Amino acid sequence: MPGYLNIHESDTRNLTSWGNYPVVESSVFMCNDEQEARSYILNEGTTIPRGNGRSYGDSALGKNVINLLQLNKFISFDDQSGILHCESGVLLEDIVRIFLPQGWFLRVTPGTKLITVGGAIASDIHGKNHHQAGCFSSNVLDFRLLLSDGTCITCAPDQNSEIFRATCGGMGLTGIILDSRIKLQQVTSRNILQQTIKSENLQSTFDLFDKHELEPYSVAWIDSLASEKNLGRCLFMKGDFACDGNLNYSPSKSLNIPFYFPVFCLNTMSVKAFNYLYYNKIRDNFIESTVSVDAFFYPLDAVNNWNRIYGRQGFTQYQFVLPKEKSFDGLREILIRIHRSGQGSFLAVLKLFGKENENYLSFPCEGYTLALDFKVSPGIFRLLEELDKIVLSCNGRIYLSKDVRMNTAMFRKGYEKLDGFLKIRKELRADAKFISLQSIRLQL
Amino acid sequence: MEFILILGAKSDIARALAIVYARHGYNLFLAARNAKELERFASDLQIRYQVEVRMKEFDVTEFSSHQLFFTSLNPMPSGTLFCIGYLGTLPASAKEITEIVHTVEVNFTGCATILSVVANEYEKKRTGFIVGISSVAGDRGRTSNYIYGSSKAAVSAFLSGLRNRLHPSKVHVLTVKPGYVRTKMTKDLSIPEKLTSSPEKLAEHIFRSQQKGREVIYSFRIWRLIMLIITHIPEKLFKRLSL
Repeated sequence: MPGYLNIHESDTRNLTSWGNYPVVESSVFMCNDEQEARSYILNEGTTIPRGNGRSYGDSALGKNVINLLQLNKFISFDDQSGILHCESGVLLEDIVRIFLPQGWFLRVTPGTKLITVGGAIASDIHGKNHHQAGCFSSNVLDFRLLLSDGTCITCAPDQNSEIFRATCGGMGLTGIILDSRIKLQQVTSRNILQQTIKSENLQSTFDLFDKHELEPYSVAWIDSLASEKNLGRCLFMKGDFACDGNLNYSPSKSLNIPFYFPVFCLNTMSVKAFNYLYYNKIRDNFIESTVSVDAFFYPLDAVNNWNRIYGRQGFTQYQFVLPKEKSFDGLREILIRIHRSGQGSFLAVLKLFGKENENYLSFPCEGYTLALDFKVSPGIFRLLEELDKIVLSCNGRIYLSKDVRMNTAMFRKGYEKLDGFLKIRKELRADAKFISLQSIRLQL
Repeated sequence: MEFILILGAKSDIARALAIVYARHGYNLFLAARNAKELERFASDLQIRYQVEVRMKEFDVTEFSSHQLFFTSLNPMPSGTLFCIGYLGTLPASAKEITEIVHTVEVNFTGCATILSVVANEYEKKRTGFIVGISSVAGDRGRTSNYIYGSSKAAVSAFLSGLRNRLHPSKVHVLTVKPGYVRTKMTKDLSIPEKLTSSPEKLAEHIFRSQQKGREVIYSFRIWRLIMLIITHIPEKLFKRLSL
């Protein structure tokens, strides 16, 4: 009956993730608690767990999706050890809002706090302190995983450790993370003492990363449209928590982008202008400032739906990592190629990773990672395939949480531990249950 | 710090109310049958809002236990929210004796006994507030749910009497008559979307109304009008309608 609402167990709708590409019809089950998750697993067909839908591509998309945002209860917090026990749908935003005023903060946080704890584990996310703190999983004490047969196991680095290593970074393909215990770090302030340093070219950018290796947080924004002698120039940002004892935190207000920008808004000219202005907004070669945690870690969260500026066609993020010894030449070649294509990126973020961890599909390995945003357009996938070749020739790899288009060969060569992952997935019979568009595309 | 008692804390409206009161800094007694099942909900509220949340075993149909239940709460809650409702299995609820008895006992008798205990205590202390969730279904009996409706009519009349009695003692009574609300109770019903509220919206509305000291509220203003019309249709005509 039109105008009447019926509450169904699953809801069929058009679903997309943060890149707004692709958009697919999915049957979405909103899960309220563990019992519901179990009976859904036992009674329904294939599915893929989904949190806040902030992965960029098709990792959390599928014919059937189980949405875990309502599995968002805090279970306990020990203010002596900083160990937080919570369900997997809890948003990092809530953790920051509740615990920062008490002097606790995430040990590893990505560039947005609008993701769930379960998503952080499944993507084994990294942050500006990867070179010192590793990935999110290094602070996960354990989690409970719901398997394809409806049973539930506890996984920790020393308990079901193979499944732990397959699930951290495993893109939801081993089972459903129900709850987990993570360790928070004690901090003394809601503020970050930030230094911004300008570099002239790629070599000086690299020098900055080496020189400031001991800084806990560092990242660089690269002007992806600069060329020749300016190629690889950047604003290098580093920082650490201030010592002012000010824990008076309330989340910053955010702006909203209420509609999709028309296609023509974002073109080579506007991106060039943005990059030019952004780089030149800082006149001195060095400035120091005190900024809030929100401004330092989550600058883009200040604008809700910022993905809409890329228009209705959506966008994709291309993030790769190159082993350190090959980083310089590889990045140089990639930046030249991008410059030649004229397809600049608003946000080109460079970061030096620390050591690789043992997880099967975690992205980071020691070397430089660059993340680039591109509007989805006819020419873009051709350019990305060219970039793939360069990444591959340097033995690099692409981040699954951002990926929406790489081919199987590229994936297999990038992730050497893949066979081990596939074996575990088979043993858990997860390959017949947990299926995303990405897992189909990559034959995972 | 002040405690609030929520009776029937497992219902969707009760949970939404618990969140709103916790967010405003109230500590909570969550009372329900098998209250232990609320453990995770309680821990979440305690961590999120840094309030104290205690679970209490309560059975609304164990009338004789109500006195002891309430007086053993320490500290005595400064406000009590009655959120228990039983829709019954339609249409059996109108035909089977046990269903009729159960519906009336849960919705009305239990409400009257526990809230009388509460009222006596609040009257003595000359402070406190009571919120009772009744229903628009109580405004006029209709074929589709008149056992539920008449038990809620009794609740509305009871609350109005209680308000009258407690007024001199400065104890405030709020009657809530929700129209359709999207909850577990209504999940199998086809209900008009435009007239349907969410537990979260309703809970905000109840909190604001309780704080302002209002007497009788509907979930949307339109419901007041709808029910005004429905209650004024002459019985001669009304009996022919299928509502």
